[in-house]
Amino acid sequence: MSNIVILPIIIPFIIGAILILLYKRHTVQRVISGITMLILLAFSVFLAIYVYQHGTVVLEVGGWEAPFGIVIVADMLSTLMLLLSTLVGTACMFFAFQTIAMDREKQFFYPLFLFLMVGVNGSFLTGDLFNLFVFFEVMLISSYGLIVHGGTGYQLRESFKYVIINVFASALFVVAIAWIYSIVGTMNMAHIAQRVAELDQAGALNIIAIMLFIVFASKGALFPLHFWLPKSYYGPPAAIAALFGGLLTKVGIYAIIRTFTLIFNHNPEFTHKGVLITIAGVTMFIGALGAISQFDFKRVLSYLIISQVSYMVMGLGIFTPLAVAGAIYYIAHHMIVEPALFLFAGVTKKITGTTDLKKMGGLIGTHPWLTWMFFIAAISMAGIPPLSGFFSKFPIILGGFEAQHYVISGVALLVGLLTLITMMKIFSHVFWGKQKHTEEQAKISVGKLLLPILPLIALTIILGFAAEPMFNYSMEVAQEIMNPTNYIESVLKE
Amino acid sequence: MMQKPNNMMLQTLARLIILIILSFSIYLLLAGHNSPGGGFVGGLMTASAILILYLSFDLKSIQKAIKFDYIKIIGIGLLFASLTGVVSMLFGFPFLKQFFDYFTLPILGEVELTTAMVFDLGVYFVVLASALTIILTIAEDDK
Repeated sequence: MSNIVILPIIIPFIIGAILILLYKRHTVQRVISGITMLILLAFSVFLAIYVYQHGTVVLEVGGWEAPFGIVIVADMLSTLMLLLSTLVGTACMFFAFQTIAMDREKQFFYPLFLFLMVGVNGSFLTGDLFNLFVFFEVMLISSYGLIVHGGTGYQLRESFKYVIINVFASALFVVAIAWIYSIVGTMNMAHIAQRVAELDQAGALNIIAIMLFIVFASKGALFPLHFWLPKSYYGPPAAIAALFGGLLTKVGIYAIIRTFTLIFNHNPEFTHKGVLITIAGVTMFIGALGAISQFDFKRVLSYLIISQVSYMVMGLGIFTPLAVAGAIYYIAHHMIVEPALFLFAGVTKKITGTTDLKKMGGLIGTHPWLTWMFFIAAISMAGIPPLSGFFSKFPIILGGFEAQHYVISGVALLVGLLTLITMMKIFSHVFWGKQKHTEEQAKISVGKLLLPILPLIALTIILGFAAEPMFNYSMEVAQEIMNPTNYIESVLKE
Repeated sequence: MMQKPNNMMLQTLARLIILIILSFSIYLLLAGHNSPGGGFVGGLMTASAILILYLSFDLKSIQKAIKFDYIKIIGIGLLFASLTGVVSMLFGFPFLKQFFDYFTLPILGEVELTTAMVFDLGVYFVVLASALTIILTIAEDDK
C-alpha cells in the first residue's frame, strides 16, 4: 500500500516520456496531459485524505531499509503541498490550452510541464536530503526549458540570469549536503534530525543551517537573493508565469519549513527568531515597495510574490504553533490566489495586447465578469475579510504580537496596507478610467479563459468562509511538524 | 565553403575504431550494475562512436544510413527506466525493487540477469540520444 506515495511522481514521469514519443501530434498531447493532470489532482485529494486518516505513509524505495535507502514520506504537510501544487498545475494546464501559441506547443511544452510536476511533487514527498537536491534539479531543468520556451530575445537574456543564480544555489546546496554528511554521516532527513538533536545543533551545524537557508532562500526569492525573480517571470507567457509564481518559490519555502522544523529546531533564538524573522521583514518591505513602484501587470505580481512568501517565512520564524499554522494557511491561500492573478494578467493581455498598466483602462465596461473575478482575487490578496487572505494573515500577525515580536508584526501590517494600495492601483488602472482598447478588442470573448481561473477564485472564497475547518487543519499540520518525533519514528520505525 | 578534404585515412580507420568503441560501450553497459560502467558511460561512448561516423563521412549520408528519430529514443529510454520501477510495484514489491538470478545460456555459459540491467538500458538510450541530439542540433545550425 505504501507504493501509492510514489504515484504522484511516477505518473507525470511516464506520461511525459510517452508525450516525447508523440511530440509531433499536439492535439493528442493536449488530451493526454489534460487527463493526466485531472487524475493527479484526484489522486492527491485521495492521498491527502488517506494520510489525514491513517497517519504518515513511508515508502522505502527498492526495499532498502530506512537510514540506508531513499525514503518517500507523505505526511500532512507534504500531502497538503502536493494537493495545492497539482491544483495550480491543473488550472495552468487548462489555461495554457487556450493561450500557448501552436509553435510553442509543439516544442515539448507538455513534456516539460509534466517533468516540472515530477520535480515539484518529488521535492514535497522525498525524505532524503540528497534526493531533495535531485528533485530540485529535475524541477529546475524543466523550468529552464519552460522559461526560455518560445525563445524571444528578452526571455533568453533574463532566463540566463535565472539559470546562473539557480546553478550557483544548487552548487551551494551540494556543498552544504557534503558538509552535513561529513558531520552526521547520513542523508536520511529523519536520521539527520535524530543525530543533530544528539549533537544539540552545535558549532558547524548552525553554519550548515544558514547555508541551506541561503540555498532555499535563493529559490524562494528572499532578500537579498530576490533580484532574479521579477525580470525572469516577466518573459514567459501567463500560463507559465502563473505556474512558476504558484509553485517554484513555494518549493523553496517548503524546503525551509521542512528543514527548520525537522532538523534545525534546537537553536531557534539564532536561526528562527534571528535570521528568519529579519530576512522575512526586509524581504516583505522591499517586495511591497517594488510592487508599488512598478507599472507593469506581470512585474507588479512578481514583486508581490516576493513580499508574500516572506509572510510564510515570518510565520515559521515566530515558531509558535499558531504562527506556523498561519504560515501553512498562508501557503494555501497564496498558491491559490497568486496564479489566479497571473492568469488574469494573461487574460487582460489577450484583450488589450499589453501588460503595461498605463496603456490599459476601462475594462469594467466591456468585460464585467473578468473585472469582478479579478476584484475578488485582488482583495483576497490584500487581506480583506471574509476572504482567505485575511484569515491567513491574521494568525501570523496575532502569533507575532503574542510572541512579542512587535517590529516584524508592525512591518507585516504595513505591508498589508501597501499590498492593498498595489491591488487598488492595478484595479483602477486596468478596469476603471477611460476605455483605451479598441472596439474590436472589446468584442473579444474571454469566457473560456476565465473557466480555469474560476475554481481558484471559488477556493479563495471557500477558504475564507470555511476558515475554521481549514485553520484547524493547518493547526494539526503545524503541531505535527513542530513535533518532529512523529516524523522520525514513522521513517526509522523505532 | 571549405574544399573537400581527402579524408580517406580517417574513413578507413573510423570503420575499424568504431567497432572497438561500440563493443567496449556495450561491455560497459552490461557490466554497469556490478562494476565500473553503466548506462550513462555506455551511452556516451556509443554516441561518440556515432559521432566519429558523422565526422569522417558527412551529415547527410549518415542520416540516410541511420534513420532513427533520436528524440523518440529519449522517450523510449525514459519509459524503459520508469517502467522497471513500476513492474515491481505491480507484483506488490516497493517501487524500483530489483531482482536478479543466474541463467545458463548457450555459448555464453552462466550469466547473471537483473532487472537493474533494463533500467541501465533506459539510461543508455536517454544519454545516447540526448548527446546526439544536442551535438547534431549545434552542427546543423550553420545554414
